[in-house]
Amino acid sequence: MADDRLAVDIGGTFTDVVLETAGRHLTTKVLTTHAEPAAGVVSGIRQVLARANRKPAQVGVVLHGTTLATNALIERRGARTALITTEGHRDVLEMAFENRFEQYDVNIDRPQPLVPRIWRLTLPERLNAAGEVISPLRPEAVRALVPTLLDEGIESVAVGFLHGYANRAHEVLARDVLSEALADLSITLASEVCPEIREFERFSTACANAYVKPLMSRYLADLQQRLTNLGIACPFLMMTSGGGLTSVPTAREFPIRLVESGPAGGAILAARIAKELDLKRVLSLDMGGTTAKICLIDDATPQQSRTFEVDRSYRFRKGSGLPVRIPVIEMVEIGAGGGSIASVDRLGRVQVGPHSAGSEPGPACYGRGGEKPTVTDADLVQGCLDPTHFAGGSIALDTAAAEQALEREVAGPWRGEATVEVAEAALAITEIVDENMAAAARAHAAEWGQEMTGRTLIAFGGAAPLHAARLARKLRLAAVLVPPAAGVGSALGFLAAPIAFEVVRSRHMRLSSFDAAAVAAVLAEMRAEARQVVEGVAQHALEESRTAYMRYLGQGYEVAVEVPERADAEALRNAFDATYAALYGRLIENLDVEVLSWTLTLREAAPSTAPVAATAAPARNGRQFVGESRVRRKTLGSGDCVVGPSTIVEDQTAVVVPANFKAQVDDLGNLWVVSAEQS
Amino acid sequence: MNEIRNQLVWNRLLAIVEEQAQTLMRTAFSTVVREAGDLSAGVFDTSGAMLAQAITGTPGHVNAMAASVGKFLAVYPLVDLLPGDVLITNDPWDGTGHLNDFTVVTPVFDGSRPIALFAATSHIADVGGRGFGPDAGEVFEEGLRVPIMKLFERGVANQSLMRLIAANVRDPLVAEGDLHSLTACNHSGGEQLLAMLREFEMDGLQPTGRWILETSRRAMLEEIRALPDGVYRHSMDVDGYDEPVHLACVATIAGDAIDIDFTGTSGLSPYGINVPMNYTEAYASFGVRCLVGNDVPNNAGSLAPVKVHAPAGCILNAEFPAAVSARHAIGQMLPDVVLGCLDQALPGVAPAEGASCIWNPVLRNVGSAQDNFANPPFVINPIFNGGTGARPAKDGLSTTAFPSGVRTTPTEVNEVTAPLLIKRREYRAGSGGGGTRRGGLGQVIEIVHAEGAPFVISKMFDRIRYPARGRGGGEPGATGRVYIKDGAELRGKGMDIVPAGATLVMETPGGGGIGNPEERDLELKNADEKAGLI
Repeated sequence: MADDRLAVDIGGTFTDVVLETAGRHLTTKVLTTHAEPAAGVVSGIRQVLARANRKPAQVGVVLHGTTLATNALIERRGARTALITTEGHRDVLEMAFENRFEQYDVNIDRPQPLVPRIWRLTLPERLNAAGEVISPLRPEAVRALVPTLLDEGIESVAVGFLHGYANRAHEVLARDVLSEALADLSITLASEVCPEIREFERFSTACANAYVKPLMSRYLADLQQRLTNLGIACPFLMMTSGGGLTSVPTAREFPIRLVESGPAGGAILAARIAKELDLKRVLSLDMGGTTAKICLIDDATPQQSRTFEVDRSYRFRKGSGLPVRIPVIEMVEIGAGGGSIASVDRLGRVQVGPHSAGSEPGPACYGRGGEKPTVTDADLVQGCLDPTHFAGGSIALDTAAAEQALEREVAGPWRGEATVEVAEAALAITEIVDENMAAAARAHAAEWGQEMTGRTLIAFGGAAPLHAARLARKLRLAAVLVPPAAGVGSALGFLAAPIAFEVVRSRHMRLSSFDAAAVAAVLAEMRAEARQVVEGVAQHALEESRTAYMRYLGQGYEVAVEVPERADAEALRNAFDATYAALYGRLIENLDVEVLSWTLTLREAAPSTAPVAATAAPARNGRQFVGESRVRRKTLGSGDCVVGPSTIVEDQTAVVVPANFKAQVDDLGNLWVVSAEQS
Repeated sequence: MNEIRNQLVWNRLLAIVEEQAQTLMRTAFSTVVREAGDLSAGVFDTSGAMLAQAITGTPGHVNAMAASVGKFLAVYPLVDLLPGDVLITNDPWDGTGHLNDFTVVTPVFDGSRPIALFAATSHIADVGGRGFGPDAGEVFEEGLRVPIMKLFERGVANQSLMRLIAANVRDPLVAEGDLHSLTACNHSGGEQLLAMLREFEMDGLQPTGRWILETSRRAMLEEIRALPDGVYRHSMDVDGYDEPVHLACVATIAGDAIDIDFTGTSGLSPYGINVPMNYTEAYASFGVRCLVGNDVPNNAGSLAPVKVHAPAGCILNAEFPAAVSARHAIGQMLPDVVLGCLDQALPGVAPAEGASCIWNPVLRNVGSAQDNFANPPFVINPIFNGGTGARPAKDGLSTTAFPSGVRTTPTEVNEVTAPLLIKRREYRAGSGGGGTRRGGLGQVIEIVHAEGAPFVISKMFDRIRYPARGRGGGEPGATGRVYIKDGAELRGKGMDIVPAGATLVMETPGGGGIGNPEERDLELKNADEKAGLI
């Protein structure tokens, strides 16, 4: 029986592999093999199969997520890509928003476009805003570009014309002519990747897709071949940034939808836990070495969005990256991780991040030449880390080096003549980094009109369990949950992800002149497109969800409104009013509302799992650990309770239980950290 | 650990006002607010001193809004205000320099005790009168002026004022919607502030507020002290409306004081390009802050050490009832003049002059009822930018707003909103001033009416006669142009009609270069050539 499931997450440093067999999870981490990423995947798979004594033929499905596309974009290692666009509009991609993302720094650089000007080619053609042809595109004009593409060694082309979202005929014609002349050319149509108004974001998305398409195509073909050679011939699905699984052919066509699939896996894991435990409102915290990612999860569904910025190169500042419009799990990412560097600024303020010491040289306590104090150094000095058992004992931590760095870079400069102890400096660093995360979480929740109170914080990733309890206190959250094997959270999440695909269309319509038949036709067309992707791979029945992006006539930003069963003007108006009021409090009467675009998602219905435990209370009360500064997590059983202050150590992380907190293991092996007064 | 708590409160206040600005932008109706970000938001203590201001927004509002809350309190002392009261003005001299900017101020109460005020400003598309443009002779022609008064009284909207505004503007729905969005963003800021006070168990913003201002002020003084004392002079000529305007500036640095004095600058213009003092202060001090203390958050403490002076009767200290609608056309030039002074004190840091003034034509249908019958009315106010000046270590930024903080509007959105076709919008080759570091490029825009009808353009453009100059041997950027294709050259300011079937062409100015062009790195030069930028 081929019942085993494999999940593979390729990250920048490690490739995580999880084998799910007979209800248990075997995990391994191997170094990512950058030259041939598929090689590392195969060696990881061999390892877990051997350990479980299972055969390749017993694997029923492989689920895969990867940062390869993201890294190619950040490191600018993609294909030689050209953009073919409307005559007179060659520079849309570079002119962008014509603004500065930082007002007071005269030396900022605007993000470099993926396609340089010499490879931005134009064709005489024009559509108007209604999609009507004003100047036709002639096939000869397209053909005339072929020599240039050959001479410049172009591997991939994005085709994006003005108002192409309203009529894709010209883009399709350009593709037909080009693919006939150049069989090997990789082609991306803006109207297929992102059929939405606003030319800069659409072209940016199309170029990013074109830029990573050949690389991802080669990689996926290579991986498929190697898996076949290994004897794994089962279905193979890719994790998308939107949190759903999709087929390999779709992934090869729209590789841009794979960016951030790793973090999406983490959010899916948190969502699965929320579902299992019937937690209505959750905040997930994924904190690693460089950044922290925070996601809101309501009713076991992570917050979704349609915009994302790749490579925010200026202190993670909004606007300093390349915008792509794709379905994503909405997360706020801030420069707060174990490696974030602490310093004192000119105003005498302690600052943490966004710069990170990374893994090389790493925090001062790694003893690998790092001289800057980091969050990990502060954690160590405060006794939150076991110096002999960090990362499974693979790195011996040097407390003296951490103290020296803290003294030199923070305690010393901090308050001039006043005496500041190293311990106080360490406390300040953790307070500031936790406050930074709390501020980001709060702002993020407010931006989406969500309340913070009453959420359960689910923490995973190497650094999150160290900071989660304090973060919860700042956010006034009652409970923190740390799942087992939090170190491979993303790959575990892939195992919980549904097959899903989202289609978007721009179709502008005022509610006062609403055409229900036209809308039904558009939705039907979108449904057919989504069905093509998910049918054949989905195991379970399909669920449909539809969103309309609506606003008051004349506003500039849309709110996402769930489309009611009967999509008529009145029902949409009611749904809009409810959503708008929840976001911004006040409605504006007698003002028309317009719909700009529609999305439709087909999603495999999750196999129904009844909530296992409705509360944190395990079935029985186990042993009590009081006054122990360190406890090993693997020695804890269901019901066991650790009273703070204490640290619960496991291979990839440590769970800090502050004074006045206690941690208890539930029946599923989750650790619950709660305020001691509550129970 | 008061130090840590103070810092946490400061961080939190900055997060709250940023949120306030985001809410304003997401709920706004005017295109210039929602797409372009022509707005500002901040929190003030009960004395009217600004404690924190959102990064999102545009510098023209910085000092202006900071100073305006004091003016509101002079009319309505805090003791006379009650929970639910909301104040408003668009007076150019009490707010941010022209009638289009509405400032809304909301006191926040803990029970019945006032603890802070929130203020927000946004640009409302139309306020009646002649419409947004430089052609008026007095402020009375420029639209409806609302003195400082109550927009809400104890939670009840002032319907008389709402109706008066609605009756006097061309697009009342947009105006009313924007007043709601200003009120809502202040309200949400207030709610978050109260939650913060509860969380930190504080009964008010003092003494933390004083600590924030004092810390910021000290940091600024320290930076200024590090500058070499001296008297630095610089001047720049710009196009003006019908005759050139001379902008003269003296920056005096003495110890920890820095004074910017515009004595010697041209007198008032008979047209609407005059600049009220609050707007002069905003852009002059922005110029200083680009180089001095740019890491210190904006608040009353960091703003205070920079003193700005312009004599009465000067175009930079226009008094009521001067026409001021297009005050940005002159005001946005001020950072270049100030940077020219500071370049002498701090060589090798300041950028060269840039296009600076945004090119934001008002485009609309021709006004007769007969024409409107055939061609439905429209009005758009798109924003196009020229190049910024070269930086000492980098080329200037092409087609980028500076000093303004606004964004452009997408071509597709403009074409959905108005029956116009933007046939061309791309880099203007050769417009960046040559230098070791090249100035940023301007752009070429070609616009026709989709139905071939005539249309109106109202212009507030500059750098058509006088280019952005280079520095240290760098060449000037190209001057801007506005003309009818195969037809007449148009003036940079004022209203014109683009004839039926004609193509309007705008070429925005380039930024100035820095250093001898002969010494430009050959590789950079070749890359520019290959890309067709020069």
